[in-house]
Amino acid sequence: MSNAIEALGVGAAAGSPAAASGARTPIWRAGLAAAAAWAAAAVVTVALPDVVPWGSKELFAVIVGAAAAAFVALSFVAPRLPRFGAFCEHYGPWFVAIGVWFFLWELTTAKFGWLPKPFFSPPNGLLNVYVTEWRRLLICIGYTLRLWALGFGLGAIVGYAAGVALGWSKSFAYWGMPILKLIGPVPATAWIPCTFFFFPTTFDASVFIVALASGIPVTILTASGVGSVNKAYYDVGRNLGAKPWYLISRIAVPASLPHTFVGLFMGLYYSFAVLVVAEMLGAKYGLGWYIQFQTAYSGYANVYATLVIMALICAGIVKLLFVARDRLLSWQEGFI
Amino acid sequence: MASQAAALRAVPEGAPHNVAVDIRGVSHAFKLRGADLPVLDSIDLSVAAGEFVALLGPSGCGKSTLLRLISGLDQPTAGSIAADGEVIDSPDPSRILVFQDPTLFPWTTVWRNVATGLDARGVLERQRGRVDDALKLVGLSNFASAHPHQLSGGMAQRAALARALVNDPALLLLDEPLGKLDSLTRLTLQAELVALWREKRFTAILVTHDVEEALLLASRVIVFSERPAHIKAEFKVDLPYPRHRDNPQLVALRRQILGTLGLET
Ligand SMILES: Nc1ncnc2c1ncn2[C@@H]1O[C@H](COP(=O)(O)OP(=O)(O)O)[C@@H](O)[C@H]1O
Ligand SMILES: [Mg+2]
Repeated sequence: MSNAIEALGVGAAAGSPAAASGARTPIWRAGLAAAAAWAAAAVVTVALPDVVPWGSKELFAVIVGAAAAAFVALSFVAPRLPRFGAFCEHYGPWFVAIGVWFFLWELTTAKFGWLPKPFFSPPNGLLNVYVTEWRRLLICIGYTLRLWALGFGLGAIVGYAAGVALGWSKSFAYWGMPILKLIGPVPATAWIPCTFFFFPTTFDASVFIVALASGIPVTILTASGVGSVNKAYYDVGRNLGAKPWYLISRIAVPASLPHTFVGLFMGLYYSFAVLVVAEMLGAKYGLGWYIQFQTAYSGYANVYATLVIMALICAGIVKLLFVARDRLLSWQEGFI
Repeated sequence: MASQAAALRAVPEGAPHNVAVDIRGVSHAFKLRGADLPVLDSIDLSVAAGEFVALLGPSGCGKSTLLRLISGLDQPTAGSIAADGEVIDSPDPSRILVFQDPTLFPWTTVWRNVATGLDARGVLERQRGRVDDALKLVGLSNFASAHPHQLSGGMAQRAALARALVNDPALLLLDEPLGKLDSLTRLTLQAELVALWREKRFTAILVTHDVEEALLLASRVIVFSERPAHIKAEFKVDLPYPRHRDNPQLVALRRQILGTLGLET
């Protein structure tokens, strides 16, 4: 049977030029495979008995089953859509793999109990967390984003200004560079004890920790970027009548932007890394706080569910920064 | 060429805008690992207003250094340089140095690059037309919104020239501006440089390693010695423009200059 499908599929692929003339319709074969894998995951979820019961079993089966149905439909529709079709074709193997992953995950946790409660949860266990806890999670997301945005924003702005000053001015560099070299390598979290003394609220202390973690790489990279600008650019500027402020804002700043972006990316990763720790400083809400709270009560499904949210948020922010970089640095030949 | 001539007229032009340069006993030394490296050795040279002078000399003898001193970007260790009697002690947009590398700002467009001088002096908004005129003058109107990396070597050097000319300089200092270009582009740009200079009559000082180029463009050729450079010989080139490389007088001068440089042909 599977051979017959293979043969059909190959025939359809080979005949795809003819399909344009309406002779035969091409099929997105990975879509069918994905549909099979996702359908299998849905079936085992409802058909097999649980060793340990978890909630939202039916909801999970419905969602995964609906996805399987959608893959069947897309197998026939996607090849007709040029851009979306190419997207499906590219990610086909991933869709299959995710279906297989759900299937195995469901079996090894809820069905066979090889990976036991409470340390492991089936996929519907995570779904159940979102269903029951979504209000609290939304609030936590809001708090975490506020802390991150304030910390990273302040760190990037102050770090950038400091970096330009250090790279530009010899007297700034004289006093600033040794200090930066000294405190730069210290992990931001090591400052926690004194932040309690210096900041009126724990929230301010948390913002400071995130700002410090993201600001230092921005400072270092911007300073080195400004310092390594081709001196001939400044000669051109001075020759054309540019004053120091023009040299800084129109030459040093744009010329060092590629370095600054490297610093921003590094700062971004550091800021994520300290975010959870910063929320340990007595925050009342936030994803980091939620993870800690649930870990203490062995709510590992909640922990995993929150980790998924954090991963998605971080990946989304990284993606945004990439988009900004590609727009601002499109002048760099062969950059991407 | 016709459109170029039209563009030349389009640039607001009054009387020729140029300046006489007086170099008096200029010596210069760099500090190199603690020791002094003498580069220029009491240079005396006067360039008349509107003159086109070419500087020739062995590589590393100090020609670029001299141009930087004339531009005011650096100060000589001894001696003085004056423009129309006024000592040059800082760079000024009336004296513009064009480098061998176009050194265009890669992060912005050709138009913005050419506009740099006007922008830096805060007069761009009132004089945007001058940028367009300068681009037209060098034949780059269609590339105003391109980025430097999208230009060929010759086009980039044209853009650098437009960036200088838009300021209507009284003195143009050219440091091997055609040195890295292929020979066909060189020939075209040499002709364009002569046409520009004849139209605008700025004072021009050109550093080149190409004797023929010096003879095609300049009214006087100065030959420098090995470092530390002093003036070794001077040749008047009393030939009408446009010149031709096969002109027997030019060929004879070329042979003579090569002899001075120690390169008998
Ligand atoms: N900023 C500098 N610091 C130290 N030495 C320099 C500097 N600029 C040029 N030199 C030296 O001065 C000499 C003359 O350089 P340059 O004027 O560029 O020569 P040319 O243009 O005639 O080839 C060279 O030996 C070079 O190494
Ligand atoms: Mg040189």
